[in-house]
Amino acid sequence: MITVCFVELDGDEVVDASLRAVTFARRLGGGAPLGCLVLDRPGPGALAQLAAFGVADVRHLDAGDVHGYAPMAAAAALAEMVAPFDDGVDVVAVVAAATDHGNEVLAHLGATTGLELVANCVDAQVQAEVEPGGPGNGGGFAVVRQRWAGSLLEDAVLHARGGLFSVVAEAVTAEPSPVAAEVTVRPIAPALTPLDLAVQAVETRSEGGGVSLASARVVVSGGRGIGGAEGFGVVEELATLLGGAVGVSRAVTSAGWRPHREQVGQTGTRVAPHLYVACGISGAIQHLAGCQGATHMVAINTDPDAPIMARADYAIVGDVSVVLPALVDALRHRTAGS
Amino acid sequence: MDVLVYVKRVPAVGGRIVLTPDGREVDTSMLGFTVSPHEECAVEEAVQITERHGGTVTVSTMGPPEAIEQLRTAISVGAHAAHLLVTTGVDAGPIATSRALASSVRELEGGRGRPFDLILCGNEAADTGDHQVGVRLAHALGRPCATGVKQLQIEATGESVEASREYRGSQEHFTLRLPAVVTVKEGINLPRYPSLPGRMRAKKADVSTATPTLEPEPLVMQRLRVPRTERTSAEVLGHGVDAVPALVALFETLGVVP
Ligand SMILES: Cc1cc2nc3c(=O)[nH]c(=O)nc-3n(C[C@H](O)[C@H](O)[C@H](O)COP(=O)(O)OP(=O)(O)OC[C@H]3O[C@@H](n4cnc5c(N)ncnc54)[C@H](O)[C@@H]3O)c2cc1C
Ligand SMILES: Nc1ncnc2c1ncn2[C@@H]1O[C@H](COP(=O)(O)O)[C@@H](O)[C@H]1O
Repeated sequence: MITVCFVELDGDEVVDASLRAVTFARRLGGGAPLGCLVLDRPGPGALAQLAAFGVADVRHLDAGDVHGYAPMAAAAALAEMVAPFDDGVDVVAVVAAATDHGNEVLAHLGATTGLELVANCVDAQVQAEVEPGGPGNGGGFAVVRQRWAGSLLEDAVLHARGGLFSVVAEAVTAEPSPVAAEVTVRPIAPALTPLDLAVQAVETRSEGGGVSLASARVVVSGGRGIGGAEGFGVVEELATLLGGAVGVSRAVTSAGWRPHREQVGQTGTRVAPHLYVACGISGAIQHLAGCQGATHMVAINTDPDAPIMARADYAIVGDVSVVLPALVDALRHRTAGS
Repeated sequence: MDVLVYVKRVPAVGGRIVLTPDGREVDTSMLGFTVSPHEECAVEEAVQITERHGGTVTVSTMGPPEAIEQLRTAISVGAHAAHLLVTTGVDAGPIATSRALASSVRELEGGRGRPFDLILCGNEAADTGDHQVGVRLAHALGRPCATGVKQLQIEATGESVEASREYRGSQEHFTLRLPAVVTVKEGINLPRYPSLPGRMRAKKADVSTATPTLEPEPLVMQRLRVPRTERTSAEVLGHGVDAVPALVALFETLGVVP
């Protein structure tokens, strides 16, 4: 079996989601040697991590005409790394974190190799026996993956000798290998077509300001129940008092009350704060998909039967236009008095 | 600028997902239908492009006959033409879907005598979240592709498009020669609501149809499950302002107030 990971680096560190994907791949490969592709030459820190996680063969993309993030060039390199697959002997699995880059690179690889990308996996296992008559004889994979951004799980069988798997971060804990690997690092320069090179990113740093929603320790979110753009003054105040960031539901962004970058949910940002406070939010599954990783959740809602009231740890039945100002007042006095 | 947009009909699930007794589908008997917010934004982006640069917006979907409803919604916000690839409603899978869409694009473009300048898809469908139909379609057509795009601008010459998105604190900018395929994310724009004349136009609009050929997909669904959630009922801290002291105490316990 050939198992290869697409690994993302942040400076001289492997990003956490990739370590989880590597752990997933090592288990899927069941002792098969593990290879990986990184886009830049890894430093000593990243190499030590990869060794600890059992990655033996590290290849870094080194094609002369690639100057930025080039998803098709990355896919071409991965295709070359699993090329022995073409001889029809081995089973292959290519694994990446289910990030924007991971999914994108695997989608390109799927398109050029004809292999299926099973996106958002939480589990995958090699199955030697697949029911006769399946499209791919000679083996397959049993997989579990998310649908509706995690609100549903799907059990499926991949009838093929090769598969591409993107891994949902929260489904796997990053665990070093029981035996560290001896790492070799080599460049890889796949043959590239003009089209492969046509899509390359030029990067600029984004200007950061305030507490970032995705990594905030506390998120105070407002929904339609806040009543209008003006109502968010008190939501902002509460977020500031708790050292957190403001989040919103889609009802709020659709109404134009707040910008989309503050939206929490399936088509917004996923957050996993220590505390999530949902104010005037009903708790649609697409919203919960973005905040169910919170350690503690408080909901304030006039409707005791709103779905969010069942999914939170603590509930306050009440009108946010009354409760929030009183809460902010109490916190301010507390701070002033201490 | 002629733009082709792909949308997918999905159930409008609200507070809770209920499955059919065989566990193979979402029970839609009590639900309406919609498309992903990403796709709503793709339609809006296409309409804005043609408002700025002239041209047409064609919207298309592959789905059951009822998916004509989602095409009409797109017409009501400004799409000019609609094309329905009629299936029995069973999900075809990403490989089969992208192949069917690619052959439909070739057919539509054959009829027009020239390619669509731009094809827009959502970054991922709301239900399956496969993250790949747009990319596969681009490869099948031999066109460049950018995904997850949050900003799009047609160059003055009309020969290329600038696409950008955010990733891990950086902006990534792509320049794609047209014709190209771009998948977009919600947030790229704020979709408009249908106008009354738009609704009238949508009601009367002709929708062309075709029947796609669908190949079997190697990934075969066995069943769906609703994951068990740890939280099933909250502790009620109180009603109205009377709950404030308990809430402040909770914040202290959680260590979120100084
Ligand atoms: C594919 C898809 C993706 C989606 N992605 C997202 C996403 O990323 N994020 C997201 O949020 N949604 C998303 N949605 C939309 C989602 O289904 C809901 O429509 C949305 O979350 C509702 O927002 P809301 O809870 O603010 O509004 P509502 O559902 O209207 O709820 C408002 C709540 O406020 C309460 N309320 C009213 N007045 C008061 C008051 N004065 N005080 C206290 N409470 C009050 C009401 O009881 C109600 O519970 C998506 C939908 C689809 C189909
Ligand atoms: N059945 C379909 N009909 C039309 N477009 C589709 C269909 N399935 C997927 N798409 C398009 O491809 C995008 C990505 O889908 P997916 O790869 O399934 O996550 C969607 O947002 C749609 O724009």
